[in-house]
Amino acid sequence: MPAVPRVTFTANLRRLVDCPAADVPGSTVGEALEAVFSRSPGLRSYIVDDQGALRRHVVVFVGGEPVRDRVRLTDAVPPGAEIAVMQALSGG
Amino acid sequence: METLHVGTRKGLFTLRGADIARISFLGAPVTAILPRDGMLYAAVGHGHFGAKLHRSRDGGETWEEIAAPRWPEKPADADDRNPMSGAAWPWSLDQIWILEPDPRGPEALWCGTIPGGLFHSPDGGASWRLVRSLWDRPERKQWMGGGYDFPGIHSISVDPRDPRRVLAGVSTGGAWLTEDGGESWSVASRGMFAAYMPPERAEDPVVQDPHRIVRCAGSPDVLWAQHHNGVFRSTDGAKSWKEIKISPSSFGFAVAVHPRDPDTAWFVPAIKDEVRVPVEGALVVTRTRDGGRSFETLRSGLPQRHAYHLIYRHGLEVAPDSRTLAMGSTTGALWLSRDAGDSWTAVSRDLPPVYCVRFG
Repeated sequence: MPAVPRVTFTANLRRLVDCPAADVPGSTVGEALEAVFSRSPGLRSYIVDDQGALRRHVVVFVGGEPVRDRVRLTDAVPPGAEIAVMQALSGG
Repeated sequence: METLHVGTRKGLFTLRGADIARISFLGAPVTAILPRDGMLYAAVGHGHFGAKLHRSRDGGETWEEIAAPRWPEKPADADDRNPMSGAAWPWSLDQIWILEPDPRGPEALWCGTIPGGLFHSPDGGASWRLVRSLWDRPERKQWMGGGYDFPGIHSISVDPRDPRRVLAGVSTGGAWLTEDGGESWSVASRGMFAAYMPPERAEDPVVQDPHRIVRCAGSPDVLWAQHHNGVFRSTDGAKSWKEIKISPSSFGFAVAVHPRDPDTAWFVPAIKDEVRVPVEGALVVTRTRDGGRSFETLRSGLPQRHAYHLIYRHGLEVAPDSRTLAMGSTTGALWLSRDAGDSWTAVSRDLPPVYCVRFG
């Protein structure tokens, strides 16, 4: 069985809401995040906006590269890849 | 001794009398507060991670996160653009701007947001519903961003005689009145004028920028509005408004209204829009006790030299006793008055920028 993606969250977000690293199924960013949200429903609104797009100041990396599709979250996730949910540097 | 909640750029400060008794959400903007029947609600903006809503059953000792207002899915064919910038309206919560009780239910709440959504919760914030009857008004597309990219609802005033009658103030989009609990709406800013618009649009009620609208609880047909370019008063439940001349300036954000006397109200004037600091560097509160025919300028205890405080729209409030007032500034100062504004005492000059003050 191939390894599943691992989703990790920035320490700044862990300060606000419970979000340990999670190994979840999913072949796209959207599927993996949806699997995380089904375990932790309270986490959803911290990552995506009311329309399901990534929040303007949240950035998601797959294997170290920022995702391209921030609206529909269709970027592919290779088996065993790490999905890192970070905050974009903005403001001051 | 009264309790005062102060929402700031960097957290919620709760005072008992003049002492800061508790700090909650240190580091996060607290943009709206509502104490009601032993429950305390706080709107917290987390910057990167969005606006959230929390409530406390023990006066702020412990908090639980509850649902925040949320937009339904934006229709693919929605033609929904801001007329000034051309930018598409986001159907997504940016900021919670005002929370008010809906007296029709012990836990029913109204919430006004940026972008300009009015939301209702029947269950103390466990669930929220966008009031589509207002959101879907065609005039909503004419609303314009004031200090923010998109317009917002900052004032929600329920008529205590009939809680189905609710007024919503929009910056910038006039005032809107429902008399059937939100089923239907009519514009309620006739009589206001907009000096910032071309002359042919100046009296259009939909382009008015009331910064804050407050009702006299004991005389609910009387409402006061601090507008972008003037002070206006209504004596017929917001069906019409009349301008009130006021010195040293008619610009400001906040208004507080005496809970029983419809002729008494307080304002904090500033140099108009492009400057937004006290006139001649002297912070004053103006008070009328005769329905706006005359105003007193109150200075005692307030800084009168090189004072550059601005009082935001939710930064001034009068307590139910009608003599205690609280005022917080963008410079992080907080004053209390115990004599209806005749004199003021600085509680702190060192808080983060103050967004809102609420007794209770």
